[in-house]
Amino acid sequence: MDLELAPHHEAFRASMREFAQGVVEPHAAEVDRDHRFPEEALTGAREAGLMGVLIPKEYGGAGLDAIAFTLCIEELAHACASTAVIIDVHTSVGSEPVLLFGTEEQKRQWLPRLASGELLGAFALTEPASGSDAASLKTTARRVGDDYVLNGTKVFITNIGRAGVYIVFARTGPDERASGVSAFIVPAEADGLRVGQVFKKMGLNGSPTGELVLEDVVVPAANRLAAEGKGFTVAMRALDSGRIGISGQALGVAQAAVDQARELLAARPRAQGDDFALAEMATRLESARLLAYRAAWLCASRRPFTRIASMAKLHCTDTAMDVALGALQLAGEEGTIAGSPFERHMRDAKALQIYEGSNQVQRVVISRELVNAR
Amino acid sequence: MDFEFSEEQLAIRDTIRELVQDRVAPRAAEIDEKGEYPKDIQKLFAENGILGIPFPEQYGGISGSSVSICMGIEEIAKACASSSLILAVQALGSYPILVAGTEEQKKRLCPPLASGEKVAAYALSESGSGSDAAAMKTRAKRHGDEYVLNGGKQFITHGSIADTLVVFAQTDPDADHRGISAFVLEREKSPWQAPKLEHKLGIRGSPTAQLVFEDVKVPAANRLGEEGAGFKIALAVLDRSRPGIGAQALGIAEGAFDYALNYAKERQQFGQPIANFQGMQFMFADMATQIEAARTLVYRAATKVDAKAPDLTKVAAMAKLFASDMAMKVTTDCVQVLGGYGYISDYPVERMMRDAKITQIYEGTNQIQKVVIARALLR
Repeated sequence: MDLELAPHHEAFRASMREFAQGVVEPHAAEVDRDHRFPEEALTGAREAGLMGVLIPKEYGGAGLDAIAFTLCIEELAHACASTAVIIDVHTSVGSEPVLLFGTEEQKRQWLPRLASGELLGAFALTEPASGSDAASLKTTARRVGDDYVLNGTKVFITNIGRAGVYIVFARTGPDERASGVSAFIVPAEADGLRVGQVFKKMGLNGSPTGELVLEDVVVPAANRLAAEGKGFTVAMRALDSGRIGISGQALGVAQAAVDQARELLAARPRAQGDDFALAEMATRLESARLLAYRAAWLCASRRPFTRIASMAKLHCTDTAMDVALGALQLAGEEGTIAGSPFERHMRDAKALQIYEGSNQVQRVVISRELVNAR
Repeated sequence: MDFEFSEEQLAIRDTIRELVQDRVAPRAAEIDEKGEYPKDIQKLFAENGILGIPFPEQYGGISGSSVSICMGIEEIAKACASSSLILAVQALGSYPILVAGTEEQKKRLCPPLASGEKVAAYALSESGSGSDAAAMKTRAKRHGDEYVLNGGKQFITHGSIADTLVVFAQTDPDADHRGISAFVLEREKSPWQAPKLEHKLGIRGSPTAQLVFEDVKVPAANRLGEEGAGFKIALAVLDRSRPGIGAQALGIAEGAFDYALNYAKERQQFGQPIANFQGMQFMFADMATQIEAARTLVYRAATKVDAKAPDLTKVAAMAKLFASDMAMKVTTDCVQVLGGYGYISDYPVERMMRDAKITQIYEGTNQIQKVVIARALLR
């Protein structure tokens, strides 16, 4: 048993922290205030080779493991949660389906451009009437010769309008449940693909979220990922490791809140109520961090990790929300003023409990295994 | 990074698991009801080398690793928290010797503890000195080659049955905590009295004693460390033992969880097992998640003990705080899952809930853990 990060992971974290604090953090408050895309951060990330952390070197990526990916997202989120979710979605659910399920040809075609950041990735599963019940999606993909024709509307799509490629899930067969779903690589410039409404949100304001409308979008059959009817498997596997990324994002937001609170308390007269609140926040965060790293370690060592990843997502994001609220409470009214990092962390943290499987869905995943095991 | 136990540790765990299943679990309810120390289980642990876990091989033991100690405590506590203290307090009472003893003291005092021939205990708290340990009144006065102890100790786990007792006493009362020294009392040479055993809410099979020292003579050769080093030793020991309390809490929670989950799969209401209801499923998902979060933190603290890491104090306090609060919540929810059956002593979860409470209190209350953590953060 060795619960310390390996030296190369520590070194990677240190370089990530330097990048995040130097390049990303200076724009975080403004990106949030102006609801603008963090261009500087993304340019910096491309230049630093951070867009292909999980992509093997032979396809132009950094070839790092899930632990490094968690550290990458954690450090980004510590600086700016919006930047973190953009890169997280790009790296995990936006690129991993190609990495894990793509043919050699598909990998050669798409991964180098994703790894360089030339293309930003996105993941289009959710629909207006299909959220937690993803298998009920209605978007269709009709086979016509060597192509598929996609029709439907996707919603709550992170990186909307910025992505160069969307992993789209659509129904190819008559089966109304999971076995009728297939996955497609859809380039953003495809005819008939357009951005619908882009939402105004309570947090993660630098990360565009909106509707993806597909009207008779022709996609070559060569862009189908995995076999027909295997799309749901692709989605679930992508979300499994996506949850590790979201756990990392939650750790970063929570650590930022704890650090802010610590700084605040260090500068004012000591009070035991404050001390105890800080101690509880830091303790919860430590427990959450280890659970996230455990999920990442299981994934990196190719062991089953679905259950622990769901536990990590649940515990890390609940912790981020609690800790952000706790820090805001310690800051008092000053923390509630727009532009204060305390209120930003709280608004950013809330999304984490909802996306990539709401925390209710995590509980379903965790308990399913418990209740069915005998 | 590696979250798995070593093969050697897994072998120890499997041995303990089997023994606990066969010999401890069937006794747990009776031990609690009678409130009697299970001497038979102490003997069982001794015979199977379990009490050697806290000691390195050169002192007659089999490990000395905190990870192994925590693993052992966790396994035993799943079935019987009282019995888990047989190992936990053997470790607690031996740590001062292992941490601060001379080579001669370790060689002389540890082997009979490692074999389980003798029982160890740790006496720090007094009636007027709990969280404020430095306020202790027990005196040790030097007379030639020995010290004479006078005073009393409170809430001493195994203080009545111990053969080897580490006692903290003032050698220089004017020097506050810098005047505290640590002594090893061997019962046959330095007999103490245990006039009263406490009646308790939980861990009822683990005797908790008031101790009295009336002119108890201790050879100077049994002083641990320098005069005045006692307080430092006491704190260093608690840093090392707190992950063990976390492990105990973890085990208690797991025991209750496993029982409640099986119950929910069997128990039929509205024509189906109650485990089919989402309200139950979400409780189990939350409990399982909190147990896993506590597990990583407990073993993280244990690896810090083994590595003598500089941030050990903070992480050990976090592990103890988080795991014990988790155990209280989880055991309370397990009683809830069983409903009326959870509340009666025909079923084990009410005992587990009572046993969980002490983990929030002893070896530093959870309030003290927060003081320790905040001090480390705001230093």
